[in-house]
Amino acid sequence: MSIQELGADQQVQVEMITCVIDGFEITVPKGTLVIRAAEKLGIQIPRFCDHPLLAPAGACRQCLVDIEINGRAFPKPQASCTIPVENGMVVKTQLTSPVADKAQKGIMELLLINHPLDCPVCDKGGECPLQNQAMSNGRAESRFEGVKRTFEKPVAISSQVLLDRERCVLCARCTRFSEQIAGDPFITLNERGALQQVGIYEEEPFDSYYSGNTVQICPVGALTGTSYRFRARPFDLVSTNSACEHCASGCAMRTDVRRGKTLRRLAGEDAEVNEEWNCDKGRWAFKYEVAKNRIKNPMIRDSSGQLQEVSWPEALAEAANGLKNSRSGVLVGGRVTIEDAYGYSKFARVALNTNNIDFRARLHSQEELEFLATAKTNATYKDLDNADHVVLIGFEPEDESPIVFLRIYKQVHKRSIKVTSIAPYASRGSEKLKANLIKSASGSEVSAISALSGLTSKSVVLVGERISETEGGLSSIVKLASDTGAKLGWIPRRAGEKGAIAAGALPNLLPGNRLISNSSARVDIAAAWSVDSVPSEIGLSTEEMINSDLQALLIGGIDPMDISPEAKIKLAKKFIVSLEIRQSDITDIASVVLPVAPVVEKSGSFMDWQGKVRKFEAAVDQTLNRSDVRILSMLADEIGKPINLPTVNSARVEFESIGSWDGEVSTMKLVVGAGNKAINNDEAIISSWRNLLDKGSLQDGEENLAGTARKSKVVISQSRAKSLNVSDGDLVRVSNNYGAVTLACQISDIDESSIWLPRNSLNSQLIRNLGVVSNSVVKVAKA
Amino acid sequence: MSKLTPVLSANWDQKDSFTFEAYKRNGGYTAIAKALSMKPDEVIQTVKDSGLRGRGGAGFPTGNKWGFIPQGDNKEHYFVVNADESEPGTCKDTPLLMANPHVLIEGIIIGSYAIRANHAFIYIRGEITHVVRRVQQAIEDAYKAGLLGKNILGKGFDLDLVLHVGAGAYICGEETALLDSLEGFRGQPRLRPPFPAIAGLYAKPTVVNNVESVASVPAIINNGVAWFTAMGTEKSKGFTLYSLSGHVNNPGQFEAPLGITLRELLEISGGIRTGHKLKFWTPGGSSTPIFTDAHLDVPLDYEGVSAAGSMLGTKALQIFDETTCIVRAVLRWTEFYKHESCGKCTPCREGTWWLVQVLKDLEAGRGSEADLDKLLDLCDNIMGRSFCALADGAASPIISSLKYFRQEYLDHLAAGKCPFDPMTATLFESAGVK
Ligand SMILES: Cc1cc2nc3c(=O)[nH]c(=O)nc-3n(C[C@H](O)[C@H](O)[C@H](O)COP(=O)(O)O)c2cc1C
Ligand code: SF4
Ligand code: SF4
Ligand code: SF4
Ligand code: FES
Repeated sequence: MSIQELGADQQVQVEMITCVIDGFEITVPKGTLVIRAAEKLGIQIPRFCDHPLLAPAGACRQCLVDIEINGRAFPKPQASCTIPVENGMVVKTQLTSPVADKAQKGIMELLLINHPLDCPVCDKGGECPLQNQAMSNGRAESRFEGVKRTFEKPVAISSQVLLDRERCVLCARCTRFSEQIAGDPFITLNERGALQQVGIYEEEPFDSYYSGNTVQICPVGALTGTSYRFRARPFDLVSTNSACEHCASGCAMRTDVRRGKTLRRLAGEDAEVNEEWNCDKGRWAFKYEVAKNRIKNPMIRDSSGQLQEVSWPEALAEAANGLKNSRSGVLVGGRVTIEDAYGYSKFARVALNTNNIDFRARLHSQEELEFLATAKTNATYKDLDNADHVVLIGFEPEDESPIVFLRIYKQVHKRSIKVTSIAPYASRGSEKLKANLIKSASGSEVSAISALSGLTSKSVVLVGERISETEGGLSSIVKLASDTGAKLGWIPRRAGEKGAIAAGALPNLLPGNRLISNSSARVDIAAAWSVDSVPSEIGLSTEEMINSDLQALLIGGIDPMDISPEAKIKLAKKFIVSLEIRQSDITDIASVVLPVAPVVEKSGSFMDWQGKVRKFEAAVDQTLNRSDVRILSMLADEIGKPINLPTVNSARVEFESIGSWDGEVSTMKLVVGAGNKAINNDEAIISSWRNLLDKGSLQDGEENLAGTARKSKVVISQSRAKSLNVSDGDLVRVSNNYGAVTLACQISDIDESSIWLPRNSLNSQLIRNLGVVSNSVVKVAKA
Repeated sequence: MSKLTPVLSANWDQKDSFTFEAYKRNGGYTAIAKALSMKPDEVIQTVKDSGLRGRGGAGFPTGNKWGFIPQGDNKEHYFVVNADESEPGTCKDTPLLMANPHVLIEGIIIGSYAIRANHAFIYIRGEITHVVRRVQQAIEDAYKAGLLGKNILGKGFDLDLVLHVGAGAYICGEETALLDSLEGFRGQPRLRPPFPAIAGLYAKPTVVNNVESVASVPAIINNGVAWFTAMGTEKSKGFTLYSLSGHVNNPGQFEAPLGITLRELLEISGGIRTGHKLKFWTPGGSSTPIFTDAHLDVPLDYEGVSAAGSMLGTKALQIFDETTCIVRAVLRWTEFYKHESCGKCTPCREGTWWLVQVLKDLEAGRGSEADLDKLLDLCDNIMGRSFCALADGAASPIISSLKYFRQEYLDHLAAGKCPFDPMTATLFESAGVK
């Protein structure tokens, strides 16, 4: 339970109020609730329904205190969670008022009469506000001798959240969270009196991307996570502050481990980033760490083509042999830590003497490369808090960066700020944001971007990585930002991309945003690395490397199916050294496989979309701590061109000491957008993005989580439905020369020329099935 | 001479009193002409000057409530009538609406005009279907007569009136729960502030008034402040409906000036059931602490009842003679509150659940004297600790019954059962009924 810093995000001078609590004077900003003011004095008033980030409810009545204002006393104790302080207010909590103390004890006794008191088998036992406060502010013994209310239990309110109605204290935190914070009012309180209970709608499941937060803020064990239920006792867990590895929102997390195994992850607190929330993917997708196909030892491919486990020296020697003296490159992947990215970046330049390095394991373009190396992306969460207008371009925050979504939603809820989205259709997320939709087929967003008006320096333009799939898209955005002064944010989906840019894991960039084309920047880095020079020729991009005749590639965690359908076949022709956690399409074709650790087993840091760095320590004690950088350092030694980064810490220190480039910068070469594609009646332009919960490999094995994923559907327009003679839910076949996808359709207000499908969901894995994901013409027919 | 002052109930004995024609015949719908030619603020001032206090239970001055609505705020205002009457014993609004719905409509037009509302609502208790139909008909008739709708009486005032039928919850009589229910949500009281006068229905300035309060306004406009203030006592002006029920020979509605006593009302109503004597009574419905025969001369106005330790409430006088077991009566009321608790707050939700169990044991003669103290302590933990006044209402009869009839509770314990024969308290033939 944290202290809410009212006015922390307000630049305006707030009026201060002085009052007295239990004899201590305290001055706090106007509007501060009595319960918060008391916290500042270290006085803990017991509470259940109160939560600093939710609107007050005053429902549980646990926080009763005596209050008098200018000598006039309230006739009865007041709920301190609903009353703001006033000048001349004198508050007496349970510490100084016998009446308040008795009132609180009385409420606690009442709360417990219908509570099952099954703490010994309750997940919350040991970390339960009800347990704790019953000890601190309750009677030692209950006088209740009657019959308790009972319910059937547990009830699944979704595949991942279970409800025990007997334990529920009806504080309405879960329902208020879902309505006020997530905008998903799918759980409510039903019935009345002692039969009041949390429930879901008969026809609408609790499929919120944020449902796990209700489990975390439930002050009792009424809401439990299906995957964690009955698995552990809190006092057996070792907790480590961590950073989420799933997306660029940048959540602070807590990882709870018992005997070397992650049992759960919780949202950590960071007022500047995720406040106290996270998304269900970050919370519940971690089984990949202990998947059956984990690679434990180094392997090399033998003459019969089989991978064989070998010793580290053998594997390193084999890898070094294949890499040195050949034309080579490095594919980093978008999920590495800053330290690891720095390791790859230095390895490419020093050990392989090349700028052939790219972290982009997805569709990308030359225009994007220019953009990433030169654009000023300066938007932050705080800018969203103060924005007058948020523009989303090729970006669906609820699916692609869930905390960014919550932050925008907060202001939509609070200040009704304007949101505009340039997208083919209004997703559920953009409906929740009440976004003004500018319907655009994928590939032709440029005219919509150029036509945007009314932006100010308080506006925020948020761009997703997908816009690189539109020629001229990023160029028009750069122009828009510089013309209007609006803040610009580029938000990739993966957690490692921003850090990889900073580390220089791009063919045109060195660490600290130093352009390779700039000779003094190169000298700078060469000096920092104590090498004669760094290569000056701009390197190849991911796609170019795959298509090139490079002989050898060092590859971090990538999935070739994220890039193109032929990537794997083309890569198979090269000598590949794969640094991997689990068996994958890359280890399938690699000549040498070197095992690396998943995030829980190592330390490091991630950079979120704003550029804020979050460091974390290993949550699982692993003597080996096989972070990629450590292995790269050994490999460089083996090659004979050391990079001298034997530990994560050494990489961090060196990277930080290099610092950011403060010399001259260059501006982006702008690209002109392409025109609209012509299509026939039975054709459409395909558009897609990844749903938050999908077939992403880090969600492998999480069946409960997958249970709340949105169903795969193809979205078509009313008129297309008419011409295809289909109604909602009928099967529609989307095909091209490469393949086909058949899905139930959803008729929606989508751009007439477009259809939309999920990019990587069940029965709709577009690169695999169609070879394209956007901006391409496909045939659409009734199935 | 009878002390009765029939105003609202003056014509209830006419067979067609509820019709539009009868209301007109009896001088109805003349106050609106008068009111609509006054300035709205003058109407508010008149109601303030009359001293009319809310008849829904709390007795808040009606004119002041109207005056709280911010004017010139460019917002819609709403006028809402509380016709949810569900408190045990309270039965005045229902007969009033049955016998004369038009007086309420006339009051609504005047009130809406005064607070500058163009939309009014009657939130009516869902169980009383016959009354719903009658009020609906009256509204239609008023529309037909041009008294509702656009440009009423050519004075440029528009008013639409909607009848909303509740779904059967006592709590929806609490004004903020009523507003939630009216908006289509589950009825639970709202956190205040903001008060309805600032953010009520759909977060717009709203007046919520009881049926009787609003129905009293046309007579005040027609007859003037002096006429109204000539009745009643110093701080409780005017006439009101007293509802006598239970062990009286002639139960029913008795319209009299505020400050009349039960002794006087009993004289008018033919006295306690013949052959029996008064044991206890509620001055204002089941939520108000009970009185006994020691309180026969308490003036039944807001101040008098309050000085004697209870509340005038809804002036629902439930009369119980000596055949009634106090424990049984209190248990029945408590069961009502348990059933009607909305569940939002702990003391009421859990407290009523517990109270019923304790009282059931006591009624059956189980337990010890210590349980009486526990019961009182429980009430102390509920009273004044809850989110709304429903729970106070639940604790009141228990606390007051223990104050006056503790011995009777002990008698149950001594006997190991209830010493009363419930049949003797019934008002119907006891032979063969069990
Ligand atoms: C539990 C509860 C039930 C109530 N039920 C009613 C009711 O049925 N009718 C009513 O007029 N007022 C009822 N009230 C009082 C209303 O909240 C409100 O004070 C009243 O409607 C105001 O009207 P008045 O000022 O004209 O009295 C109830 C209050 C509570 C706490
Ligand atoms: S389930 Fe938990 S959070 Fe929700 S109302 Fe019950 S106790 Fe509160
Ligand atoms: S929003 Fe992103 S960073 Fe936060 S928990 Fe979810 S996946 Fe992780
Ligand atoms: S006292 Fe509490 S539980 Fe009872 S009706 Fe009022 S708000 Fe609901
Ligand atoms: S914490 Fe204040 S009423 Fe629940």
